[in-house]
Amino acid sequence: MLEPIEVSAEELQHLVSDRALKGETVLLNMGPQHPSTHGVLRLLVELDGEIVVNVVPDIGFLHTGVEKNMEAKRYWQAEVMTDRLDYLNPVGNNLAYCLAVEALTGLEVPPRAQAIRVILAELQRISSHLVWLGTHLLDLGASSLFLYTFREREYILDIFEMVSGARMMTTYIRPGGLWRDVPEGFTEAVLNFVRMFPRRLKQYEALVTKNPIYKDRTRQIGVLSKEDAMRWGVTGPMLRASGVAYDTRKARPYCGYDRYDFDIPVEETGDVYARYLVRVEEMRQSLRIIAQAVDNLPSGPVRSDDRRYMPPAREEIGRNMEALIRHFKFWTEGFAPPKGSAYAAVESPRGTLAAFIESDGTPRPYRVHMRTPSFANLQALPVMAKGALIADLVAIVGSVDIVLGDVDR
Amino acid sequence: MTASMFGIWAIKAAILIVILLTGFAYATYYERKAIARIQVRIGPNRAGPKGLLQPVADGVKLIFKEEFIPARADKVLFTLAPILTVIPAFLLGAVVPWGGEVPFFGGTARLYLADINVATLYVMAVGSLAVYGIVLAGWSSNNKYSLLGGLRSAAQMISYELAMGLALVGPILIAGSMSLVKIVEAQKSVWFIVYQPLAFIVFLMAAFAEVNRPPFDLPEAEQELTGGYHTEYSGMRFALFFMAEYIKVVVMSAIIAALFLGGYYGPGVETYPWLGPVYMFLKILVMVFFAIWTRATLPRFRYDRLMAFGWKVLFPLALLNVFLTAIGIVLLGG
Repeated sequence: MLEPIEVSAEELQHLVSDRALKGETVLLNMGPQHPSTHGVLRLLVELDGEIVVNVVPDIGFLHTGVEKNMEAKRYWQAEVMTDRLDYLNPVGNNLAYCLAVEALTGLEVPPRAQAIRVILAELQRISSHLVWLGTHLLDLGASSLFLYTFREREYILDIFEMVSGARMMTTYIRPGGLWRDVPEGFTEAVLNFVRMFPRRLKQYEALVTKNPIYKDRTRQIGVLSKEDAMRWGVTGPMLRASGVAYDTRKARPYCGYDRYDFDIPVEETGDVYARYLVRVEEMRQSLRIIAQAVDNLPSGPVRSDDRRYMPPAREEIGRNMEALIRHFKFWTEGFAPPKGSAYAAVESPRGTLAAFIESDGTPRPYRVHMRTPSFANLQALPVMAKGALIADLVAIVGSVDIVLGDVDR
Repeated sequence: MTASMFGIWAIKAAILIVILLTGFAYATYYERKAIARIQVRIGPNRAGPKGLLQPVADGVKLIFKEEFIPARADKVLFTLAPILTVIPAFLLGAVVPWGGEVPFFGGTARLYLADINVATLYVMAVGSLAVYGIVLAGWSSNNKYSLLGGLRSAAQMISYELAMGLALVGPILIAGSMSLVKIVEAQKSVWFIVYQPLAFIVFLMAAFAEVNRPPFDLPEAEQELTGGYHTEYSGMRFALFFMAEYIKVVVMSAIIAALFLGGYYGPGVETYPWLGPVYMFLKILVMVFFAIWTRATLPRFRYDRLMAFGWKVLFPLALLNVFLTAIGIVLLGG
């Protein structure tokens, strides 16, 4: 039984300035129930009028104990937990975890599975950026774009449903490949999206990019310098908006990303507007990758046939007694990778997402750690928000693109 | 003043209030439907045919909701604030000419409640009263978000009121009268929007700020202040704020129509005077649609930017317009 921890007012004094103690500034609790904190983030905001003197993010309201839970699950069960981390990027989470398991076991992934992984991960990036774009504009008071971006996101979710049966928690990518091959009509659906989306993206930009009110609300707001961005471990579009051309897909290629031709959009100003530009351009680049991957989609198997770590194929079970036994033992006992540790990083829509797995040679991981980008990116919030207005604070929180499931884990 | 005159006034006032209340209810319906169309949705379609009874359902719901008062709120002011906000909205409707003189059961009737010789001044005076309601609501709620909303409202008012008043001067100079009825009558041949495009634009923006419509809905600012001044309000008290906003949208549209869009004038009004209110209604519909369209499209202004915009852009423009209008009248001999 855990005893509640007593915290005295003196112990919390360091969170606020002396002016707050004298009553010169106002302390305002933004969240955990607030329309613009994107979930259950609580911000302790110290205000001088409407000017933000200090912000202290208070996280943990969505803590689900995912990492601890994974220790109690077998490797193939633990993957299901990763879907729930960053609920706007389940495919990417699966991918990071699977890459780590594959590094641990030495599983080889067939080229067709690699390409499909890339297509799905990039579709996921677009869908995540769409949610971001809609909610960011909603934070600024422009409501329509939210519904337009969700219309397009729906199309991507339909593709996910097509391949995996689930719209969000797909668990379609598995260690050693994919759950099964994509159904008929998959490439057509993806190509339809690739053809349709650039026109829609242009419409969004027509509403936003040159909108004087939007520019007024975002330019020179929430500036994060190159140095600060690196110092705080910020990754992803936020880092690239601050002028650092770092992208895990280029820096540590995985799934054959080095074979695709795409650019890393970089902006120098490091403000909210730059983050918007970077994300919109990233959607375009993702489309390029998807088009290339679909055009050159190899045929062949989508799963490794390494019998140590993979269940036998479905059609074998009916014909072969040993395969049936193997199937039963695999799904009841799981597989045991060798002792050791593995680390794998992917570029999630929010930044570098990595999985670290420590194996003790049993079918359950000894420890899994997920390095989630939202957590690191959120740390930089006080740096960006000091001296801004409340309205800016909302814009800045939106521009960080946090997913609280990703922050709290 | 005879008893019969008083009786006619009372009847007219009652009719006007009924029209405004219905107008309020169906302005919300109109907004929800129009915004739904813009946002590729369907909008309300459950209550009644095509959702036409939705405003009634909303009203019934709000009446039956608990009217919650926060523990340490100032109860008197908390109750008074919504009333202070909604009454000026109704009062504004009194001076709007909804139509000209129409034949009515053998006699004639004037389709306006009052033809005051300083109607435009009255609009300014009564219109700005509503700010007290909002500031008091923000103060009495004992909520920091509400307080910030109330303060924003006060800051907003001082930044647009001057430009709004000056934008009125143009039509007044041309019509040679401050009475809205006279101003409308002066537009029999040409609408003032032709002579006064600048004043029209300035007045339009100031009117958006006056009625707290997006992109100037700073006192409310749902995403920042969680509803601002009406965060703590529920039930009918909240409905009164809501009512005030929508009635003001309708009345302000009517005032803009009267000042710049020829009021109740349109083809064939001389022969069929009853067409006047119809034209007025259509013009109001267009103006309200414009307000809805803006809401669906634009992000919200920032509070300090609105003040800068009011003082540095709208105010000089309005001043310039007065100057140009005056010169034009002197040169062309009125």
